[in-house]
Order: sequence, then C-alpha cells, then structure tokens
Amino acid sequence: MLDKIKDFASDFFVTGDPLIYGADVSIGLTIIAVVFALTYFKKWTWLWRDWLTTVDHKKIGIMYVIASLLMLFRGGVDALLMRTQLAIPDSEFLSPEHYNQIFTTHGVIMILFMAMPLMFGLFNLVVPLQLGARDVAFPFLNSLSFWLFFFGAMLFNVSFVIGGSPDAGWLSYPPLSGISHSPGVGQDFYIWGIQISGIGSLMTGINFIVTILKMRAPGMKLMKMPMFSWSVLSSCLTIILAFPILTVTLALLFIDRYLGAHFFTLDGGGNPMMYINLIWMWGHPEVYIVVLPAFGIFSEIAATFAKKKLFGYKSMVFALMSISLLSFFTWAHHFFTMGSGANVNAFFAVTTMIIAIPTGVKVFNWLFTMYRGRLSFPTPMLWMIGFIPCFVVGGMTGVLLSVAPADFQFHNSYFLIAHFHQVLIGGVAFGYFAGLYYWWPKVFGFKLNEKIGKWAFWTWNIGFYVCFMPQYFLGLMGMTRRVSSYGWDKGWYELNLTSTIGGFLMGIGFLFQVWQILHSIKFMEKDTTGDPWDGRTLEWTIPSPAPLYNFATLPQVTEKDDFWEEKQRIAQGHAPKPRPQLEPIHMPKNSGIPFVMSAFWFVAGFGFVFDWLWMAIPGLIGVAVCMLVHSFRYKTDYYISVDEIKRTEAAARRVV
Amino acid sequence: MMKGLRRLTAMMSLLAMTILMTGCGDKLIVLNPKGEIGKHQLDLIIISTVLCLVVIVPVLILTFYIVWKYRKEKKAKYDPNWEHSTKLETIWWSIPIVIIAILAVITVQYSYKLEPSKPLEHEAEPIVIQVTSLDWKWLFQYPDQGIATVNYIQFPDNVPIQFELTSDAPMNSFWIPQLGGQIYTMSGMAMKLHLIANEPGSYLGMGANFSGREFGKMQFTAKATSQEEFDTWVQSVKDSSPALTKEGYEQLAIPGVSEVETFSSIPTGLFQEIVTKYGGHNHPSSEGGSNNNEHGSHSNSDKAADSDKAPVIEKEDHSSTNHEGHTK
Amino acid sequence: MAQSGNHIIAKPSQEHDHGHGKEGHHDLESLRMMGFWIFLITDCILFGTLFATYVVLNGNTAGGPTPAELFEMPGVIAETFILLTSSFTSGLAVLSMNRGDRKGLIRWLLVTVLLGASFIALEVTEFMTLVHEGASISTSAQWSAFYVLVGTHGLHVTIGLVWMIAIMIQLKQHGINSVTRRKVNIISLYWHFLDVIWIFVFTIVYMMGVM
Repeated sequence: MLDKIKDFASDFFVTGDPLIYGADVSIGLTIIAVVFALTYFKKWTWLWRDWLTTVDHKKIGIMYVIASLLMLFRGGVDALLMRTQLAIPDSEFLSPEHYNQIFTTHGVIMILFMAMPLMFGLFNLVVPLQLGARDVAFPFLNSLSFWLFFFGAMLFNVSFVIGGSPDAGWLSYPPLSGISHSPGVGQDFYIWGIQISGIGSLMTGINFIVTILKMRAPGMKLMKMPMFSWSVLSSCLTIILAFPILTVTLALLFIDRYLGAHFFTLDGGGNPMMYINLIWMWGHPEVYIVVLPAFGIFSEIAATFAKKKLFGYKSMVFALMSISLLSFFTWAHHFFTMGSGANVNAFFAVTTMIIAIPTGVKVFNWLFTMYRGRLSFPTPMLWMIGFIPCFVVGGMTGVLLSVAPADFQFHNSYFLIAHFHQVLIGGVAFGYFAGLYYWWPKVFGFKLNEKIGKWAFWTWNIGFYVCFMPQYFLGLMGMTRRVSSYGWDKGWYELNLTSTIGGFLMGIGFLFQVWQILHSIKFMEKDTTGDPWDGRTLEWTIPSPAPLYNFATLPQVTEKDDFWEEKQRIAQGHAPKPRPQLEPIHMPKNSGIPFVMSAFWFVAGFGFVFDWLWMAIPGLIGVAVCMLVHSFRYKTDYYISVDEIKRTEAAARRVV
Repeated sequence: MMKGLRRLTAMMSLLAMTILMTGCGDKLIVLNPKGEIGKHQLDLIIISTVLCLVVIVPVLILTFYIVWKYRKEKKAKYDPNWEHSTKLETIWWSIPIVIIAILAVITVQYSYKLEPSKPLEHEAEPIVIQVTSLDWKWLFQYPDQGIATVNYIQFPDNVPIQFELTSDAPMNSFWIPQLGGQIYTMSGMAMKLHLIANEPGSYLGMGANFSGREFGKMQFTAKATSQEEFDTWVQSVKDSSPALTKEGYEQLAIPGVSEVETFSSIPTGLFQEIVTKYGGHNHPSSEGGSNNNEHGSHSNSDKAADSDKAPVIEKEDHSSTNHEGHTK
Repeated sequence: MAQSGNHIIAKPSQEHDHGHGKEGHHDLESLRMMGFWIFLITDCILFGTLFATYVVLNGNTAGGPTPAELFEMPGVIAETFILLTSSFTSGLAVLSMNRGDRKGLIRWLLVTVLLGASFIALEVTEFMTLVHEGASISTSAQWSAFYVLVGTHGLHVTIGLVWMIAIMIQLKQHGINSVTRRKVNIISLYWHFLDVIWIFVFTIVYMMGVM
C-alpha cells in the first residue's frame, strides 16, 4: 500500500529537480502565508464579498492586471532561465527536456496568460468609463470570463509541480504533441488550461462588442468614440471570429489523445498539417488581437500629451478595421516552407505585406498628431515614444519575413524570434505598460512615481535592444530557435552573451516597476482632480478612483474628445453643460456563481488531464448545475439611492 | 530632448558593436551564400531591405525631429485643432502602397523562380539524395550510388542536387543556409528541394524545426567537393562501411542521437516505404493547390494500391482500440 | 444605437415610483438578445471549422469501412423530419407566447422537447449501430470527423433540451414577462439555428456520404 502511494506520488508530483523543489517549497509557504494572513486579519469575508464575487468591471479589471503581472513574472523568469542557459556554449544549466518545457510555458504564458489578461484588464478598467457607461453589457458574464481565465491559468501553472509541464512548443504541433510522442500529462494541462481560459476570452469578446455598440453615452455616435474603444471593438471582432477555431482545434487534439481518434495522427488517415493550418488561423489573428488595443492606447496617449486632436481619425478607424479583417488572410505565412507551392506562397506573401500599409499609415498619423503639438514626456508618453522606432523596425523585419522566397532563409531562425519579440514587446508590452501608467491614477486614485518610472523605462528600452538586436544577426548566422545548447565552434557565443545581458536588463526594468508601485503606494501622491493628465475623454470627468456607479448622471456627448472641448468652452467663459437630475441607479448584484462554476471547470479539467472520470464528471455536472442555478435567479439587481449617490460624490468633493 | 538623442547614440553604438563583433560578417552565413539558390535569396533579402529602408529611415528621422521640435519647452508652433489633411493622408497612404506593390511584384516573381520543387536549369544531371528526418538524426540515402549516411552528406560542386525529403518522426526542417532556404520534412510526404553548391566547402546543415528532446543535436555537415573527390568518397564508403539493412534501419529509427555513420548499401525501396508507411504520396509540385485536400483524397487510394497486407493489420488494430474505447 | 440600452443606466424618469421598472428590464433584454446573436456567430464558426475538418478528412478511411457502406438513410431521414418538426413546434410556442397564452406556450415547448429527445435517442441508436459494425471514433480519420461533427450537434441539442425544460419551469413560476419572453425567444432562435446546422450535416455528411 505504502509503495503504491509512493509510486503514485512520484508520478503525480514533479520530482528530481532542485529548481522545482525550491518552487514547491515557496509555493507551499506562500499559500500558508496567505491563508494565515487572511485568517489573522479576518479578511475572508472581505475577500469573498468584495473581490471573488464582484461583478464590478473596475475590480475585475484590477484582478486581471494583478494576475497578468504575476504571470509576467513567471514568464519572465522562464525567459531569464533560457537566456542563462544560452549565455555560454555547451551549457549544462538546463537539460534539453527542461529547456523544452521552459520555452513552451514561456510562450503560452506570455501570450495567453499575460498579454491577453492584461489586455482584458485594460478593457475593463477603461472602456465603460470612456463610453460613459455604468458597467459592461453583461457584468455576470464578465466576472465569469475573469474566473475562467484565472482557473485556466492556474490549471496550466499547476503542471509545473504536478504531472510535468508541456514541452511541445507554444502551439504544440502534432504528431509531437500527440499521444504517440507526448504520452505525459503535460500536453493535457496545456489543452485544458488554454481551453478553459479561451472560453472566457470568447465571452469577453462578445461582452465588449455589445457594450461598445449599445451602451455608449447619449450623443456619442460611433464616429465620436475615443480611439481606444475603437481598437477594443476591432480586437473583439477578431476574437469572436478567431477563438472558436482555437476551441475546436484544441478539442480535436484532446479527442485524439484521449479517445484515440485520428484527426492529427500519422496513422489512421489523420492529417497533422490540418492542425498547423487551424492553429494558425487562430494564431495569426491572435497577435493582432493583442496588438490592436495597444494601437488604441497610443492614439489616446499621443493626443493627450501633445495636447492636440488625434490626426486622421477616420483613417485610424479604417486602418484598425482593415487590419482586423486582413489578419484572417495571412495565416499560411507561418509555414511558407511547408511546400504548398508557389501559388499559395505568393498569395499569402502579398496579403501579409498588405497589412503593412494600414499599420504604416497609423504610424504617420501618430507622428502628425505630435506635429505642431505641445509635447510633454511623463512615463506614459515615454513608452509611446519608445514604441515608435521599436515597432517600425520590427514591422520592417516583418515585411522582410513576408517575402516568401526569402523567408526560406529566415524561417525558424533567431531572425524570426527577434522579429516577433520586437513587435510583441515593442508593440504590445510597451503599449500596455503605457496604458497602465496612463490610467493608473484613474484606477487607484494615485499617480506612480515618475522618477523610478523613468529608470524602469530606460532599463527596459536599452535592455530590449541589447537583447534582441543581436538575435537578428544570430539568425543570419544560422542559429535556429529552440536549440537548448550550441557548440563553441559555431561562433554564436558573443552575441548570445550580449543578448542574455539585455534580457537581464529587462528583468531589472521589471524590478524597477515593482519598486515603483511599492514606493508609490507608500508615498502616495493622491489624485484629487480626477484629471491628472489634462485628459480629453469621459473617463477623466469623474473622480479617481471611479465610484461604484461610475457616472452620477450620464454625460451628454456632443463632440469627439468631449471633455477636452468642454474644458475649452469653460476656459472661454461659457457655462458648463447642464447636468440632468440625480436618479436612483440600477446596479447588478454580486454573485458567487462565476467563481464556483470556474472552480468546477478546473476540477473537470484536472480530472480529464489525469484521466480520472470520477473527478471530471462531477466537475462537469457542477458546471451545469451552476448554469441552471444562475438561470433560476431573477432578483439579480438593486438600486443605489439618490442620497447615497450624493454622499459618495460629496466624499469625492464633487458637487452634483 | 536629450533623452531621445542619448538613446539614438546608444542604439547606434550598439549596432556598430554588433557588426564589429561579428567579424566582417564571415559568420553571417545567410549573407554569405555559396550556392545559386542562396545567392538569389540573398538578392531578394537585399532588395526588400532597401525598399523598406526607403520608408523606415525617413520615418525614424521624422520621429526624432518631431519629438525634438515640438517638445513643450521649445514653444514651437502649436495648432491644437489641426486634425486632418487630405493631401497629407493621401501621401502616406500612397507611399506604403507603392512600396508594397513593388515588393509584391518582386516577391511573386521570385516565388515562382525559386519554388523549391522546381528542378534547376543546368547542363549536369542532378544527383539525388533522399533525406529522412528521424528522432534526432538525419538519414541520407543516395539511390544512384547505393550508399547511405547519417548526419553527413557529400556531393560534387556545380552539380544540381535534388533532395527528396520525408520524415519518420515529428516534422523537422532541412536547412543548409549557405546553399539556400529550408523545407519541412513531413511524414507521408515526399517533398522536393533543389540546391546547388557553386564552390567546394564544408557547410553547416541543420534541423530547423523543433521535433522533440534532442532536436538541437540534429546538425550535419554538407560537404561540396570536386566530382573526383566525391567519386573516391563513394567508393571508400562502399569498400569500408557496413550495409544498411531493414533491421539496421529499425535500430536507427529508435529515438536517440547519433554520430556520423556511413553505409555501403541500402535496402531497395526503403525511402518509398517510409513515405507510404503513413499513407503518403509525392508532394504536389508548384502548381498544387491546397495540400490538405490532396493529402486527404490521395492517401486512401495509394494505400489500397500499395499492399494488401496493411489494411488487414489495421483492421485488427481497430478492434482492439474499439474495445479499449468501450472500457474507457 | 447610442441610446441608453443599459440597465445600469438610470431608469427612465416616469417610473420613479415603481421601483423595478419594466422599461429598464426591457433595455437589458434587448442587450441580451444582441449578445446571443453574436454568440450564434461564434457557434457558426465553431461548426464551420468542424465542417471544414470533415471535408478535409472525408475519404481518409485508412482501409476501414466507408460511410457509403454503413450509413442507413431511413433512420437519418426520420431524424431530419423529427428535428424539422420540432423547429416548427418551437415556432408555434413563440406564437402562443405572443398571444399571451402561457399554457399553449408550455405545451408547445413540451412537444418540442419530446421531439428533440427522440431525435437524440435515434442518433444514439445510430451511433451504437455504427460502432457495432466496426466504425468507432478511433477507426479512422473519416469516422473521427464524423462522430465529432455529428456529436457536437447532438451535444448542442441535448444542452438545448435541458435549457428548454428549465425555461418551462420558469414559465410556470413567473409567467410571461420581459425576462421569460426573452428566454423563450432565445431558445427558439437557438433551436432554429441547430436545425439549419442539421440541414448542413444532412447534406454534407449523409447525402454526400452515400452518393
């Protein structure tokens, strides 16, 4: 009996690596510390009532941001482990197995559990406020989306200590990811982790489309909507068209592994190339899903800190929409070397290049937003300025890669690695950082320390170039991606070492950001104005942080950049717009169902990973019961009284 | 804006440093091709880079200029409501359109010209090398010479090489950067890649696509020599190496890494067997449309025609999996 | 469009005294209807991907049985008629609702549920027969694609059945109001959608399979 338990435990838990034992201990200690702190300070009910069950978009946004920053930490540690391994030739710091796991989890976490939730966090924090709405269209669904993401991410991360991590690359091509070549549970963790959070992403897409189309403040025509909201709309449209493909693809892979089906197997008439097509039909739009909102953020920031209207609004909208449409016609450029023939390659090469046109136009429009402006350079604007050269160079190497016959020489090399890190870090990460700095005072009611922020910006930026510029040259030297070590004879040593130094510089940049946040919490510089940047859009009209109901009375919009125009009018001595009378506000009640239902999804996913139907089936039943219980709830709302609104507004020193 | 300038210098010195460190670009093997295909691809890389730089460089200069000129302290012309100019926007919609149009035309031309399955125009008869990617080694068969090698190829220079590629493991990618770009090796497929070496030399070859634990060890040397040296080498392999048998191949296919090996003979039809093992067919040439459909529709008939034995075995397999399916 | 379609927006002033104003709910219900339409778009893509998969893998029987050998059309045609009829009865349910006839509404929903359940029963029988004849999900890519495509449709129908029963209970509890009205409209929309999907399944999988 004891032996049996021992056998089971040694399979169940990941063993044999000091790094992982260290992680086990620290995870255990953290959990104990959290549980102890919550109990000691009697915070359990607070946690449940104020956070786990909340349907408030602002709190959900904060939870997204916290979770994604934790994931940024984990993905970043993965990156530094890889860079440490590659710093010198013939390094034995990581075994090939371990290295394969790390680049797999690094890719999955950075795209799906860092970039996506950080993006959703910003959607939640900003979009309703920018539209002059009191919440998203479906607050309950919004909470469910978050918890599905959270439990999906946890399920994926559990593989680190239980069962073993996936190691077939971030897109897990079969047959390598099939049961024949990856018999372990790591691949199942991959499938279920992404699947569960993917359902959440799909629902967020639906939620924000309806929010943007139906809940804009009175008078805000679509063509008067702030550019960030436009970018969210284009990103969400892409989500709803792309994510169902991912759902199907992962489901088919799982059915192959679990029921012995033959979708992507080598035998039985399966077709692995179909997986590669399907996964990129999702995967390519996915990178545009994450980058489009960053474009929106830059548009907001450029206009605000140039104190000037966004140049070429209509062009910008058109460019956003055409990018999200075109993103569906380029997927095959990820496998020009699969021998599809010149016709197919030429077609996808040209469609890929065409995307450069609207993207290029956006860059010109940002530049001319700043042209004849009054530029100031607080941290959000720094990231915006840092973004332009970085993204322009990254975009250029993207065009080089899209030239199909030349791609035969770039494909799978470090040239490609350098390219996509340049657009994803230079575009997405810089964009979201800029957004976080920009909207931080609105969300938390205090500004982040500018001085430490500048240090963070410069270490990140210099670190970026030191890390990734050498990788272009490594690619041209023939270094292929995903190699876990290389010999002295290759001559790749100097550039790899340089790249590693750059990687660690970015790590230091991240530490600066952590320090910046902690420092700013301690020496809080409160934002009492609600409008710390002299903003242009509706979110800056309300107190920071925004009250539960966001807007005491709904704003009446007459123009683009309505708040800016209103401030100009008042400065010219005109009277402010009249405000409607206060009325009770209809609000949704909190609900624990999203949390519980997502936990059941976790249970079901965990059961399927280990092929334990006794666990998986009750998990699925739990999910179904939660849905039914929700369906039978009718009293899901309440009203905030006029008196309470008056008290809240008075506390924020607002006259209503 | 001092900081912008500071970063510009940082970038510039970094670039200079990088170029210095690489030592005259000798190591940049992609930019130093020794074969016709690689040279054409280099031409294309240079053309596309120059075309992009035509836009990129002015944009970068403009960025620094605007950030410098319109910073708050300078009190330059301020025009807060200037938000539209049809003329300007037409200009910067058209510049990228023109550049991309030129690039697209060139790309399409080269796509047909450099299609890897297209034989090279050359007076010499091509030498055929059949490539199989295995779990974590490369098997090369010379059907005309009747020899085989592992992780090493040798061929005469100035003779076109017709690589036929497949895989008996997760897909990989066959890449000899100095001769030309790569192509995937996939089970059930026989891909074609035509390359040529214009001068003798030892070139780095590698498996470029991740295929599992030891994929990083899938590197090989591709050696181009004179025809005489090649013939001598073939003869020495025939004289001094063991034969490759079917059993020997099974041994070789077991996952693991391998040193360089040579074999004096190969079992007849081994390559074709590896391809058809997965219900394969010869890959559609440059005119092929969607390869998925091709794969789907061909595999069945190929298999039926191939042997009577295979389906019977598979039927037995099914009944057992069915059974398992039920108990699950 | 830019109107306050938002229940979290202050409710219209005329119902100051009524507390939970029906108007506010009405806006909310229209939001939900729109959300459901968008969900259907995503579901269309989901099925589209499965159909594409089926078409790509069609014929990859790996020497095993082919659809033409095993499909039994009479059963499938019966399934088709049953599902088409249930789509019609779900439409009748909506008509009863629009007349304000709660009993008729519940009765037609019940008929729809029974028809849907018999569709599922027939489908399960068909699957069991096929497995007995040697075509299971692991037989070949052809059958993997078949079971997953048809099975996903069947799963959708099953979920619809549970959902419809839940709505019937809610109709008993609450009668016809703006919330239950929206729910009936949505389930009926969903049911018609599944019907359309089935027509594609019938054509692409069964008709083209036996031809």
